[in-house]
Amino acid sequence: MPKITYKDCQGNSKIIEVESGLSVMEGAIQNEIPGIDADCGGSMACATCHVYINENWFNKIPKAEDAEVDMIDMAFEPKKNSRLSCQIIVTDDLEGLEVSTPEKQT
Amino acid sequence: MKKTDVIIIGAGPVGLFAVHQLGIKGLNAVVIDNLDKAGGQCIELYPDKPIYDIPAVPECTGEQLTTRLLEQIKPFKTEIFLNERVEEVHQEKENWVVKTNNKKEFIAPNVLIAGGIGSFEPRKISLKEAEKLEGKSVFYSVRKKDQFKDKKISIFGGGDSALDWALELSKFSKITLIHRRNEFRGAQHTLSEIKKLENEGKVSIKTPCQIEALDDEKHLKFITIKFDDGKKEKIPTDIILGFFGLIMKLGPIAEWGLNMDKKTIEVNPKNFETSKKGIFAAGDICSYPGKLKLILSGFHEVALASVECFKRARPNEKYRFEFTTSSKTIQDRLGKK
Repeated sequence: MPKITYKDCQGNSKIIEVESGLSVMEGAIQNEIPGIDADCGGSMACATCHVYINENWFNKIPKAEDAEVDMIDMAFEPKKNSRLSCQIIVTDDLEGLEVSTPEKQT
Repeated sequence: MKKTDVIIIGAGPVGLFAVHQLGIKGLNAVVIDNLDKAGGQCIELYPDKPIYDIPAVPECTGEQLTTRLLEQIKPFKTEIFLNERVEEVHQEKENWVVKTNNKKEFIAPNVLIAGGIGSFEPRKISLKEAEKLEGKSVFYSVRKKDQFKDKKISIFGGGDSALDWALELSKFSKITLIHRRNEFRGAQHTLSEIKKLENEGKVSIKTPCQIEALDDEKHLKFITIKFDDGKKEKIPTDIILGFFGLIMKLGPIAEWGLNMDKKTIEVNPKNFETSKKGIFAAGDICSYPGKLKLILSGFHEVALASVECFKRARPNEKYRFEFTTSSKTIQDRLGKK
């Protein structure tokens, strides 16, 4: 199973094995990673699973669709490397992916 | 204080269908919602997006679903109180008393929470100066336009609200439109109007940048914005209008003493009652083993909750299960001959 690194805003990180096919958000929720709320359950209807993607990874993962980018406008402190973790599906290619959670989600 | 059989909190699809399920059983209800219109997430988040999993409706938008539900509950003439946020729920003997932020009060033996993920509230600027100036120089909605006459206004956001207000207020004020991306998302007509005003020098557009600081926490004169490349700029500003969209907040519900699981309310899947007798929860806000956050699940949940509501509201009557196709009583209640 691909290993995903979840980092919090203080720099603490946790490496979790996430099953391929799950989203980066689901991997976080199932393993009780703090800082990802996912209020809407993954329907791209809120921005509470917002994460920053490690710069080396940002261009390697499939690009966000328009609706996701629009929703990121509503996230807390969005940056250039912002994504909604519910829209990133884990595959073997994502082995080693590193994401950071913002200071807060709302 | 208004007396009824069931106080429904939330006018989303599940809250609206609850009116129907209670109505055919002869129960009266009121609906309370924090938004200015019925429909909940369907209207606020995806009015134009198609929904494909409503049984027997192959495809409909959030707006169509809401319109149809409102049509379906018309016979019951239920009052929907909008722009009201429920703040407090407390017990008075066999009844529950519900108070809103505008001091409206309701009393009923049953409360049904169909609150989705909580109430929608505007996302705010996370600077403490902005918090202090809120309502004075920092606003997240426009109530009275006159307030914004002959001012230097910085509007934040890239969606319809930001664009529409930039157009409207540019008629009598100096507007700077600021967005974190280069792309704006709005009706084509609005976008071209904005471009025109920019060329005429009536609206100034700053992208891609975000707010960095406010010069003063008492009398706003300047704000500082920071571009993606790190460059900063001071913008003379009397008024900040922020349109960063709405976020959903659980709000006061968390303080009503109900058993919670994170941000959801635990219910008994037999009747959708919470840990307090007479308080029910249905739709996205409730949790039980196997819960799915689907509109159709919410419909099922309120159907079952309505039976228990009947028993509490009419303790001396026997509940009788009936079909709408064959029950004369139900057809009368629906206004059918």
